[in-house]
Amino acid sequence: MSVKQNNLKTWFKSGTPWIWMNAGAVSIAVIMTLGLMMVIAVRGLGHFWPADIVEVDYQVPGQEAKVMAGEITQIEEVPRARLAASGLPVDAEGGEFMTRELFKVGNRDLYGADFTWVVGEWLSNQRTPENLTAFERREWGNFYGYLVNVKENGVLVAEGDASWAELQARIERVEQLHNKLQRLQKKDIGRINAGLERIRLKTRKLELEGRLDEVSQAELDAERAQWDAEYKVLETELIALNQAFNRDSVTLKTVEGREATLSLGKVVRAFQPNAMGYLDKLGFYFAKLWEFVSDDPREANTEGGIFPAIFGTVMMTLIMAVIVTPFGVVAAIYLREYAKQGPLTRVIRIAVNNLAGVPAIVYGVFGLGFFVYVLGGSLDRMFFPEAAPAPTFGTPGLLWASLTLAILTLPVVIVATEEGLARIPRAVREGSLALGATKVETLWRVVLPMASPAMMTGLILAVARAAGEVAPLMLVGVVKLAPSLPLDGNYPYLHLDQKIMHLGFHIYDVGFQSPNVEAARPLVYATALLLVLVIVLLNFSAVYIRNHLREKYKALDH
Amino acid sequence: MQHDTPTHGIDMAALGRDRQGLNMADERVTIDVPGLNLYYGDKQALFDVSMKIPKQRVTAFIGPSGCGKSTLLRTFNRMNDLVDGCRVEGEINLDGRNIYRKGEDVAELRRRVGMVFQKPNPFPKSIYENVVYGLRIQGINQKRVLDEAVEWSLKNAALWDEVKDRLHDSALGLSGGQQQRLIIARTVAVQPEVLLLDEPCSALDPISTLKVEELIYELKSKYTIVIVTHNMQQAARVSDYTAFMYMGKLIEFGDTDALFTNPAKKQTEDYITGRYG
Repeated sequence: MSVKQNNLKTWFKSGTPWIWMNAGAVSIAVIMTLGLMMVIAVRGLGHFWPADIVEVDYQVPGQEAKVMAGEITQIEEVPRARLAASGLPVDAEGGEFMTRELFKVGNRDLYGADFTWVVGEWLSNQRTPENLTAFERREWGNFYGYLVNVKENGVLVAEGDASWAELQARIERVEQLHNKLQRLQKKDIGRINAGLERIRLKTRKLELEGRLDEVSQAELDAERAQWDAEYKVLETELIALNQAFNRDSVTLKTVEGREATLSLGKVVRAFQPNAMGYLDKLGFYFAKLWEFVSDDPREANTEGGIFPAIFGTVMMTLIMAVIVTPFGVVAAIYLREYAKQGPLTRVIRIAVNNLAGVPAIVYGVFGLGFFVYVLGGSLDRMFFPEAAPAPTFGTPGLLWASLTLAILTLPVVIVATEEGLARIPRAVREGSLALGATKVETLWRVVLPMASPAMMTGLILAVARAAGEVAPLMLVGVVKLAPSLPLDGNYPYLHLDQKIMHLGFHIYDVGFQSPNVEAARPLVYATALLLVLVIVLLNFSAVYIRNHLREKYKALDH
Repeated sequence: MQHDTPTHGIDMAALGRDRQGLNMADERVTIDVPGLNLYYGDKQALFDVSMKIPKQRVTAFIGPSGCGKSTLLRTFNRMNDLVDGCRVEGEINLDGRNIYRKGEDVAELRRRVGMVFQKPNPFPKSIYENVVYGLRIQGINQKRVLDEAVEWSLKNAALWDEVKDRLHDSALGLSGGQQQRLIIARTVAVQPEVLLLDEPCSALDPISTLKVEELIYELKSKYTIVIVTHNMQQAARVSDYTAFMYMGKLIEFGDTDALFTNPAKKQTEDYITGRYG
């Protein structure tokens, strides 16, 4: 007994339990991180895989049997009693649990909803016919059914087996036309619109200043006429393109026999997953994945890509970094190097540290109240009176979002830089001073380069925090759908006044505000994964720079 | 090195010194301290120190730890200004001009009075950039001038042959002794008049120490050198004049040979024979 106790005591004293505890804590942290990544990766990335479309007979007891087709997206067990209580004609006899399956049946325009729950026990004769086709449409979600024929301007061109090959060729043509249309609308017509808006503002400005005489009026009119002429040309082109775009159509038949006509201009792609081999599916998968990261969103953000959100997130974070770094570094230098150390600096330091603990939404409120209304409002009155009553900077936008995040992350940069400055050996500073350098010269030539890795550390923390922040952004510049990117080919190229999309807000929007919850859910995971990847990427580049600097300005190690 | 000389710890003859006939009265004075008090806050660290540092000679400050020898040294280039709460009373005249007068250009003073520290403190830059640092501060950027200065300074610091093929490598890759000589090269590159050495060999191995001591011997023909050391052997080997300090007071100051062989004060004798300190 006493020997055993003794053993236990030595075991405790040896430190082994301590090491186990530490290792355990690390393992739990690693497992949680990996688990988190796994969950969002599996749920998010699985969404793009083309699942088989099954056709089944569905027999609700006491009703006529019907045929259904769609993707099975979820299967779960539910207590028999609960199904009975929800009003379904369930047999009282049988096992305690029944299966319930979530079917993505598509055809929202015909059925009213894309998804439907069915009771697994009532399904029979499940089959996967090869020619069952999925049509991904620009609106109304997917259509599942059989292809009957292909028509050009209402005239039949292919029917039966030949129609599939014909359809693929025509979809490719439509896709090219779609790209052309997009380019025409966004780039060319966008440019003309921007030009016309500039002229309108110029006219209004001259008018306000009372300098609008006949000469300048004529000049402006001539300019406007030029844009208008250009627009006329483009407009004819646009109409012709639109006609060509909607030239073809297909006749489709749903599994229960209803026929429908679909203009090919509305089709993104058609595919027959049941007939696809593994490689075809893989190719399709990566095409979808690429579309997700490179394309604009469609259908209230539940389809298509999220490129504008990625772009907005990165853009905003970069602008924030550009604002916060010099600001924080300068403040830290003053606090550490110049300010007289005493109770006042201590109070300031505590205040700065506490600033880091203020909830983000408070910054959002501040940003809205001060930046947007006060600063932006005054900017508008001073520099953009011609645009009134439409606000230019007096409304949430990219600049205010970046600024708000900059003050949000400022404490991090200040604290990190201060610590970096404090770590520079006194001997090195004295070495510089002893050679006749003034304090400023010492700072610029020796101290700041040596502290630059610490500044980068601060920036890394700031970026990580800012890129993931959502709450304040909802008040100061992020929207669910921004019509254009904040960086484009129209003067002044970087549109700081524009509203942007943001991955974090996108998750919130898709997850909570979407009218089509079932379709949106996998996208929440996929977007979350992408947000994590963007932050990791931003951080890695900063870490890379920091390590490079560290190597360069290695402090004395003895 | 230890001979059986019972009265004091150092046998001057064994050190192979070749100086004779030094007389303080014949020396030209570089730094004249007519009576200096220094306080850290309320605590007085130097008590009415008066001394004259002779030109182009090596003067050593010895004494037990905390006796104020480094503090005194650091008043000569006003390094003590960096210490919070440090206050100086009295004046220090460098070539007849008070360096503590109002409006003194401290940066220029420090260029004229160079300093080498206890631990080598190279900048995290290349060897070349370390040497030209002081020149760049003065706005000298012509490559030809800098190249010449680098070669001249490194040769003066007896480091040229060791580093001439890797001038653009990081100075942090040098050994401790090489780094300390690099600091000396960096200091002489700005053409100072006085070199202050604050225990320059305390972080070095014996061979590096020897090299630095030889270097000090070489440099004294060009510069007035003041060296703080806690190693009496070293003071005896390299210096012409020695000052013994104790508890913030200058106890004895005079020709090194005389101070070590025939100290005038009891305290000095006790210290150099190892009775305290």
